[in-house]
Amino acid sequence: MSTANEDERSEIEMLLPWHAAGTLSPRETERVEAALASDPELARRYELVREELGQTIHLNETLGAPSARAMERLFTKIDAEPARKPALSQSIAARVGEFFAGLSPRTLAWSASAAVLAILLQAGLIGGLVFKQNSESGYGTASAPANLAADGTYALIRFAPQASAADITKFLETNKLSIADGPAPGGLYRVRIAGTKLPRAEITRIIKTLQIDPVVGMIAVPE
Amino acid sequence: MQTTSDEVLIRRIATGDRLAMQVLFARHHVRVYRFVLRLVRNEATAEDLISEVFLEVWRGAGKFEGRSTVSTWMLSIARFKALSILRHRPDRELDEETADTIEDQADDPEMVLAKKDKGAALRQCLNKLSPEHREIIDLVYYHEKSVAEVVEIVGIPEPTVKTRMFYARKKLSELLKEQGIDRGWP
Repeated sequence: MSTANEDERSEIEMLLPWHAAGTLSPRETERVEAALASDPELARRYELVREELGQTIHLNETLGAPSARAMERLFTKIDAEPARKPALSQSIAARVGEFFAGLSPRTLAWSASAAVLAILLQAGLIGGLVFKQNSESGYGTASAPANLAADGTYALIRFAPQASAADITKFLETNKLSIADGPAPGGLYRVRIAGTKLPRAEITRIIKTLQIDPVVGMIAVPE
Repeated sequence: MQTTSDEVLIRRIATGDRLAMQVLFARHHVRVYRFVLRLVRNEATAEDLISEVFLEVWRGAGKFEGRSTVSTWMLSIARFKALSILRHRPDRELDEETADTIEDQADDPEMVLAKKDKGAALRQCLNKLSPEHREIIDLVYYHEKSVAEVVEIVGIPEPTVKTRMFYARKKLSELLKEQGIDRGWP
């Protein structure tokens, strides 16, 4: 074997442990496999590596596991840590990021098309309303808002910190709720619980039901 | 079923999400424990260490930049903490540990049995390697770390990672030979 071939073999031999563990790049894997196919001595040495790999896994797997106390100790320490004040906007941005990261390119493309369509429809409706308003009335005052909030029943809600974006979405869907406003200071959201004004007793009943859900940190009815 | 990636869990932990911390702990604590146990060789110390490692993860999640995988990052923390403990361990304990790694030339009954079972002999020899050699073998074979990841965890250059692994394997063969098992290499 020439010196160049010897060097090449030594280099490949160094990579055998990573090849056996499957942690080489595709290019390196190809290189090692080609060498193994053409060099019987290297292939024999590779079998020794595979033997070592199997026994190292065996040895480590017999080491056992830590007791449940390890986790208890960890969370006791975490509880003793100063409370975190995450910027809620940052947290929501992270969740929105996660949501979009989880979508497939096809879903993203459909979502984008749907969003464009929604914007166009919205623009059309607003344009139509403005046109209608202008044509029906001679003038209007800025101090006469259309009081949309008066139409529904609302609650203030703070979600549990451990609730994921998926948990929150599922909770809103299951209970037919929609976020109307927020977050306000303290992580409070204004949530619409009904499209009409409900009697006080009915509101109390709904709030009690929603309170049980672990996604809810706090819920109250605004005065 | 799609599981939440470690990187997503770390982002949630950075916002103070305890549930994400529980998931990450459940996913990795056994491997981190085994890694430190092989370094410190004391179950109680290893158990103490893993809560320290995960506490560090809780504190540092916001600074995690994703330049390495989460498990590589955690093993780096674990290694640092284990070595700090070993540095402060009394000399007598260290001597005892060193003694554990020195091969016994005499064949005890266990050794005689081991010769009959090549696998058992190999495992016994793996235990007799120096901490440095043990560590690299565990990282490559058990923790499935690539060359670049070992560079990150151990803090040595890439060529040194490869040669250290080579010499660890060579030593393993020599130890086996001393037990009467000749692998025909090196």
